[in-house]
This record gives sequence, structure tokens and C-alpha cells, in this order.
Amino acid sequence: MKINISKIIIFSFVIFFLSIFWQGLKINNNYDTKSLIGNQISNFQLAKLDNNTQYISEKDLAENTYTLINFFASWCSPCRNEHKYLLNLSNEKKQIKIIGINFKDKKNNAMNFLNELGNPYDFVGTDSDGKISILFGIYGIPESILVDSDLTIIKKIVGPINQFQYDKILKLIQ
Amino acid sequence: MRIKIFIFVFNVFFLTSSYSNENQTKLLEIYKNLRCLVCQGQSIADSNSDFAATIKLVVQDQFNEGKTEDEIYEFLTSKYGEWIVYQPTFSKNNFLLWALPYAVLIFGAVIIFLLVRKTKHNNVN
Repeated sequence: MKINISKIIIFSFVIFFLSIFWQGLKINNNYDTKSLIGNQISNFQLAKLDNNTQYISEKDLAENTYTLINFFASWCSPCRNEHKYLLNLSNEKKQIKIIGINFKDKKNNAMNFLNELGNPYDFVGTDSDGKISILFGIYGIPESILVDSDLTIIKKIVGPINQFQYDKILKLIQ
Repeated sequence: MRIKIFIFVFNVFFLTSSYSNENQTKLLEIYKNLRCLVCQGQSIADSNSDFAATIKLVVQDQFNEGKTEDEIYEFLTSKYGEWIVYQPTFSKNNFLLWALPYAVLIFGAVIIFLLVRKTKHNNVN
């Protein structure tokens, strides 16, 4: 029996391409930032919202056992929904410090937001042009990042903190 | 003397504007290779979203600080993963993506060569 090599090669290529497409169908194309977990946060300098002459940096965060960095804005409606969880965290868990970063917002609006809903933050900084958010791999708000004293990201929450995420944070900081 | 001053001013103006145009072209090239993560199939260059505007500011800052194109991509990849660049860097995970076009090209050339040889052989017989 004469074996047609060309046909075998073409057939193998077809099978090869089909298997690549099949694998491609299984890939999740939704973007997430899970890959950042385990990475260290960048060096940064964050000005205080109500006093632009006061700053904190990554060195200050290294003094805390855990720090939750939360990006929020007064114009962000899901930020209102997560606020009660941040208040609970701040009242009940002393081993965690919460840093709020006010994202692309007006100072007065941000102050009113905190006066109305309460201030869960140990420090509120301002990121008026959004550049600091890029250092933390943020692409929308609200987003929160939990870091330990080594400044390693141990959790990243994209979207508002809900009961499920809140329980997860509690478990991580126990 | 006036002519000399005019030529000097003209040269300074011309050099500055051509330098700035060159920078703008380079920046545009970088924006085009960055994916807007919150848009549907748009690059940072095409998008007017808030995210794209912030990325443009950061890229501009780093470019003005003298960072190279690769250093800027490396920084953004460290923050957002490989997904942010349209042209990923070569790694063991994506070597097929880079090698496959060349493999197909070589395979095509071999097929053409074999067909031509076979036709010639048939013609001789």
C-alpha cells in the first residue's frame, strides 16, 4: 500500500490547528488581576485628602500587620454599597488598617461623602489625576487591595466588597 | 545681524517642533500597542475612556523621564499582566504564537517545492 506523505502531513496540520482552536475555546477571556497576588506593591507617595502637605508611603504601610487599600469616589455608587463593610472592618478588627484613596474626585464631594456615611479610613489620600491607581494595577473603582507587612498583595478585590468578600478578608487576617 | 537672529530663531523653532512631532509619533505608537482593559477591542490610542486617559498620562510621564518603550511595557505588564500589550514578549508560554507563522511559511515552501519537482518529473517522463 502506497502511503501518501503529503496527505498525512496535511491531516496532521489540520488536527494540530483544530486542537489549538479547541484549547482556545476553553480559555477564559475575562480580564482579571489575580496574577498580581503575591507581588509586592510599588513605591508610592500619597498626599492626604484634607491636607496636601502630609504624605504616606509604602514604608508606613510596612508598619501595619495588614493594610486594606481601598479606591473610592463620591461619584461611584457601588462605593456606597461597600462602605458598611469597611466601617465594620475598621470598628471590629484592630489588626487591619484601612487606607482610602479618593480617585478622580472633588475634595469637597469626597469630604461630604465621608461625613454622610462615616469615615472607616485610618488615612484618606487623594489621587486626583488617577496616576497612583496605575501603580496599584487599578482599572475601575471600587477596588481594594489587601497587603501584609511585607507589602505583598494577598488579595485583590475588583468591584465593591460584599458579605462574601468581607468574610474572605476576615479569614485571611485571622 | 537681523538675518542671523532670524535664522537662529527659525532653527530653534524648527528643531523643537520636529523633536516634539517625533515624540508624539513615538507616544502614539506606544498607545497603539496598549490594550484598553475596560473597552471592547480598542487600544489606548483609540479610546477616550477614563482608564485610557490615565494610562496616557502615565506613559507620557515615563517617556519624559527617559524610559524606553520596552521599560514602559514592562512596567505596565507588571501591573496589569501580559494582557495589556497587544504584542506580547517572547516566552515559553507563547513560543508557538511566534514560531507558527514561520513554521507554516516553511511548510508551504516545502509543499510548493515538492509540487514543482513532481510536475517537472512528470513532464520529463
